[in-house]
Amino acid sequence: MKKILLLGDEAIGQGAIDGGISGIYAYPGTPSTEIMEYVQRSKQAKENKIHATWSANEKTAVESALGMSYAGKRAIACMKHVGLNVAADAFINSAITGVNGGLIILVADDPSMHSSQNEQDSRFYGKFSLLPIFEPSNQQEAYEMTYNGFEISEKIGLPILLRITTRLAHSRYGVTTLLPKKQNSFSVPKEPKQFILLPAFAKKRYKSLLEKQSLLQKESESSSFNQFIVGKDKSLGIVACGISFNYLMENFQDSELPFSVLKISQYPIPHQKIKKLYDESDELLILEEGYPFVEEQIGNIVGIGKKIRGRLTGDLPRDGELNPNLVAIALGLEKENQTNFPEFLASRPPAMCPGCGHIDVYKALNEVMKDFEPQRVLSDIGCYTLGALPPFNAINSCVDMGASITMAKGASEAGMFPSIAVIGDSTFTHSGMTGLLDAVNDKANIVVIILDNSLVGMTGGQKASGEGKIDKICLGIGVEKEHLKIVEPLRKNHELMKKILLEEINYNGVSVIIARRECVTELSKKKKLKVIK
Amino acid sequence: MRYRIIKKEKIKSDKMKKDIILAGVGGQGILTIAAVIGLAAVDKGLFIKQAEVHGMSQRGGEVISHLRISDKEIFSDIIPKGKADMILSLEPLESLRYLDFLKEEGYIITNTKPFENIPNYPEISKILAEISSRKNSRLVDVEEIAREINSVKSANIVLVGAASLFLDIPLENLENGIKQLFGKKGEEVVNQNIFAFRKGRKEAEKQVG
Repeated sequence: MKKILLLGDEAIGQGAIDGGISGIYAYPGTPSTEIMEYVQRSKQAKENKIHATWSANEKTAVESALGMSYAGKRAIACMKHVGLNVAADAFINSAITGVNGGLIILVADDPSMHSSQNEQDSRFYGKFSLLPIFEPSNQQEAYEMTYNGFEISEKIGLPILLRITTRLAHSRYGVTTLLPKKQNSFSVPKEPKQFILLPAFAKKRYKSLLEKQSLLQKESESSSFNQFIVGKDKSLGIVACGISFNYLMENFQDSELPFSVLKISQYPIPHQKIKKLYDESDELLILEEGYPFVEEQIGNIVGIGKKIRGRLTGDLPRDGELNPNLVAIALGLEKENQTNFPEFLASRPPAMCPGCGHIDVYKALNEVMKDFEPQRVLSDIGCYTLGALPPFNAINSCVDMGASITMAKGASEAGMFPSIAVIGDSTFTHSGMTGLLDAVNDKANIVVIILDNSLVGMTGGQKASGEGKIDKICLGIGVEKEHLKIVEPLRKNHELMKKILLEEINYNGVSVIIARRECVTELSKKKKLKVIK
Repeated sequence: MRYRIIKKEKIKSDKMKKDIILAGVGGQGILTIAAVIGLAAVDKGLFIKQAEVHGMSQRGGEVISHLRISDKEIFSDIIPKGKADMILSLEPLESLRYLDFLKEEGYIITNTKPFENIPNYPEISKILAEISSRKNSRLVDVEEIAREINSVKSANIVLVGAASLFLDIPLENLENGIKQLFGKKGEEVVNQNIFAFRKGRKEAEKQVG
């Protein structure tokens, strides 16, 4: 047992190592990236030969983790919230198959969209798949839930969804670690049909999942993470889920909390505890980080009668993350903060780094596109999405991983010309390759520009799955050799890039232009490291 | 006599609690500042909680870190608005971006050298005048001081020195924090940073207010 200062993400990484995992699988995505990075850096993980490499995407990560569980060992798969959309097929069906070795699916939600395109709440996925959800309120709980989660998963025979949010993921606190557990030895499931989801078998498996629900309910009811705190003042009862418990307690640092509180950190929602709170209180206030998940369900549990306040009633904002002030306002302790900011306060949005190869590509692309109407370019998710902002204003879409290629295909089939997709190398291998196959098969009239900086840039330079393989992948998918161009995006190649772009726009079919140059930020990091060494 | 007893009790119950907003531009190194103060607080046996920004906004955009220090358990990972004791900023414009977090009597301690990577960057004289008009502020050209002592890389540690006057953390613990953070890089780097720290503290001492 020792106390160390860890980010929430790192606490989960350490909890997984100490909890006896044999492997961690993930695709980088803010705010989940640092879990894998921590395990990759860990000496303890290396000594224990824990498998820790990045997967091509979240679906392959969950499937590999499920495979490790099939073989009897403990595994964790980590991703950001939108990554669970990609992995949803594997995730939801893993609830039907169940597990052999303990399995945790860690999802980091990003309310307020600090680094994301939406703020979906993963607890709905947990409920949808009928799996238990754990939602820590602090770094210590994050550690303990991960540490114990594998054993719980093995005991109930199901994967566990561990849900965190940005503030917990990226905040440091002292975490007390526990004695490391041994890894499981290799074993296959006793029942050979367990993982065969043919309808006849799947129906039985699904029934057994339904039967387990009362057990999950019981576990949740008696869980020490779901704490019931009795207060003297019965005019209000408060339900505080996950991290929102901290925002509540922050307001009662110097005074006693007068109301009864039910802290929820394990789901399904503990029915008995919430009924008790409802019966004892005149009205309820529901605090939750994300969507009104409990608030929407509570009527079905306690019936309709007393007033229930929360995000749906406007007592708390419907969107965005919570904070201590919003909770104080909902409790009537505080009024909205009015600050006079100086008028000249200009915002400073993020921008592409000086010297970045994406800038050279956008400069050439913008000049070529000047001669066309409607001058629209479909793009994707990565550093290059910042090309949507001034001074470039070069791209017009960012939807989901890989959507640039398939949207360009659809748009071209609706008559858009030229139809151009701009995508990064890692986004391409994540979810762009299959779309490129569609385009090749239909001989779509598109130009795909792959910005190949040979790593995952936006999240801090993780190893890219397709490093050194992008051109071969494209050729393998069926892109014609004559229309696969590789160019180094440098100022001196400006005219060359323009020429190639124009040529390929005028070719009626699939063209791929690979703009290949190493990420400048990672290059300078590498140089610095060399100097230190 | 009675008065003295009350006073003594008051000191006893006087809590250690410092909430600091660290501000700057992505890549400037506010996390190094957070690390030094954080390590110092841990060295003193205090609780700390420190929230950072990762991901997209790191690319040359505005960045903020919440650093909370207390002698008892800390709940919220972020500082409540209107409760911060200090805004510590590596960039003057950024020092004004989080005023909604600062207590009325809270301090702004900032580097004065602008980082101009936006086309509509305001006039620096306006910015500095606005900061000076606050009740409590310290303006330090940390890059200039770092240059003077031939240690340009220590600019952010100069700022920690300036802030140290108002941190309620003993000097010994703060210098231990520097030793811990830079220890791996050798004695020379440690000494340079301790020197930079003391220079920054002196500069803040000179300014009255």
